[in-house]
Amino acid sequence: MPYVWDFSAVTRNWTVLLSGLGGTIVLSLAGIAVGILIGAGLAAMRLSGLRVLRWPATAWIEFFRNTPPLVHFFWFFYGLPMAFGITLSSFGAALAALGIQSSAFFAEVFRGGIVSVERGQWEAGRALGMSRARLFRRIILPQAARRMAAPFVERCFELVKTTTLAAALAHHELLYAAMVVVTETYRPLEVYTVVALLFLTVLFAASQVSEWLEARGRAMQGR
Amino acid sequence: MPELQFGVVFADFDLLIRAAGTTALLWAAAFSVGWSAGWIVAFGRRSPRLVLAIPARGFVECFRNTPVLVQLIWFYYALPVLIGIQMPAFGAAVLALGLNGTAYCAEIHRNGLQSVAIGQWEAGRALGMGRLRVFFRIILPQAVSRMIPAYTNRAVEMAKNTSVASVISVHELMYNARLFSSQNYVPLETFTVVAGIYFVVIWPISLASSLIERRRSA
Amino acid sequence: MTSPEPVVLSATAITKRFGTVDVLKGVDLTVRKGERIAILGSSGSGKSTLLRCLNLLERPTGGTIALDGRTIGRPDGKGCQRYDERELDRVRTRVGMVFQQFNLFPHMRVIENVMEAPRGVLGKSKAEAQAIAERQLAAVGLAEKATAWPAQLSGGQQQRVAIARALAMDPEVLLLDEPTSSLDPELVGEVLAAIRALSDEGRTMLIVTHELGFAFHFATRVLFLHDGKVLEEGPPEQVLKAPREERTRRFIERFTERRF
Repeated sequence: MPYVWDFSAVTRNWTVLLSGLGGTIVLSLAGIAVGILIGAGLAAMRLSGLRVLRWPATAWIEFFRNTPPLVHFFWFFYGLPMAFGITLSSFGAALAALGIQSSAFFAEVFRGGIVSVERGQWEAGRALGMSRARLFRRIILPQAARRMAAPFVERCFELVKTTTLAAALAHHELLYAAMVVVTETYRPLEVYTVVALLFLTVLFAASQVSEWLEARGRAMQGR
Repeated sequence: MPELQFGVVFADFDLLIRAAGTTALLWAAAFSVGWSAGWIVAFGRRSPRLVLAIPARGFVECFRNTPVLVQLIWFYYALPVLIGIQMPAFGAAVLALGLNGTAYCAEIHRNGLQSVAIGQWEAGRALGMGRLRVFFRIILPQAVSRMIPAYTNRAVEMAKNTSVASVISVHELMYNARLFSSQNYVPLETFTVVAGIYFVVIWPISLASSLIERRRSA
Repeated sequence: MTSPEPVVLSATAITKRFGTVDVLKGVDLTVRKGERIAILGSSGSGKSTLLRCLNLLERPTGGTIALDGRTIGRPDGKGCQRYDERELDRVRTRVGMVFQQFNLFPHMRVIENVMEAPRGVLGKSKAEAQAIAERQLAAVGLAEKATAWPAQLSGGQQQRVAIARALAMDPEVLLLDEPTSSLDPELVGEVLAAIRALSDEGRTMLIVTHELGFAFHFATRVLFLHDGKVLEEGPPEQVLKAPREERTRRFIERFTERRF
């Protein structure tokens, strides 16, 4: 007997799914903000000439790049409160895990962009008598930012996908909302397919837009 | 701050090590599926025939633009509804992680093949070699050596993804960690030790990858 | 001869070591106002390193550099100089540099490249900086390219912009590090012409070059560097036509053979 699709489980519960989507968006944006802040600091530490700064930053980056994010989620949600007597909400734990995990990746994006700017650009600026700060701000950063754009966007997409792990902490985001709807309607096929399509549409559209912007940016400088 | 009880975790360390075995099995199975099936999709994407190229592109975009946890849950809870067969959790995990890997490996294969100059094809054909012979003797060896850093990156990502299978109760390392920590009330110690196990296994691969990359660029 | 022009830039016993390699082994050099010095030498002789030491892009291992008679940096007590970043910034505003690879800022339009340092470093107003930039671009014949992006220019045009950018700071000395070496042969002429035009305004210049013909007509003095030391120096007629040293003679022969 062929399966009869029935999307009423989705249409009747769209407010639940919508609020879940809201949760995903909030967690994504907050995670990106925290990730960028810590990541910028880590990148600066790794680029510094001081070993006492470079070493801990490298260790941090290597650790969080080479361990599963789900472990970080559980560590912050279950482990941390037990040890330090502070309780993090599911949002707080998810945000901490996402922000710290992504900071390792953002740091490498930032560092990669900055070291990719040719030595000649530093020398040209210094030969004109520009101070380090000004040279960095006016010459290096704008060029680095352009090169960082593509990997940065990719990292943001990865982070958005990783937010679904918060469902394992029963945090109300899109996937968790879907789980709730499924337990009430027994329609996993329709509900999870819709969730997958939502992610696909949003991320695919966003990636097309960012590619277009990048191509336009290159064209504007005659390259 | 209460006293840390790492002793409790280490007393049952062999339990975690056995679970890590399941993780390794899942990893190996998913990577094999992804690497092999990735070639099929890669050739589909390179095909001039749109009936092959468009579905291949669609497959890649679907798996790269949705979260791996959603894929896992879809294959475990939603697909059986459609086909009427309930898969074991491990099977669903291999399928989901394997197809996810397929999409990424397809792009790696495709970029690798593209990186070999057209002239290499022409030189091979000009010597009277057949297409398959040119591919296996000339193109593939050059492409694969360029793809090794990308493969190792993918292997690292897949290793981390295996932990997500704990959500559908595959009894791998993360699942056992969750079980163990809730039974013994030692979540901090358990998850710290488990993070350590993952790190010890995964980090050498990353390290090798960056060493290879540095040697190649030098 | 009337009283000699004042000394603008001088180097005393400059040494430079990279790892275990001694690139410069004690170079003395005095540059007077209005002089045009061509530095010759085979690759590895240390000529680019010498030039880069003069504006301290490369910090000498030993020896001192003086600008307008004032020694840059202060002795550290162990036979070396210590340099203060801000002092070096000030020095570099007065010693301009043109690079082999142009090093234009690719994210700025041509005129913004030229305006950047007068505005940001010398603190000129936007209008002033723009006037300076327009004048310098016109001087190298690129007034109509002011709003172009560097990537839209030929190599020769990019190098002329780089010259305009250096001159916009009105430096007391201009250093040119193989300014035509990375150009296609047909573009070399326009850049050399732009440099020659500067000699009419009496600009003090040091140029590292392989263009012997250009050096002969352009320079007031030629320096031949070999193995990290000045092997021979003097007026171009002497060094290039009647070299005293065997190595200099061989170097010149090799280059003339290749040319003709």
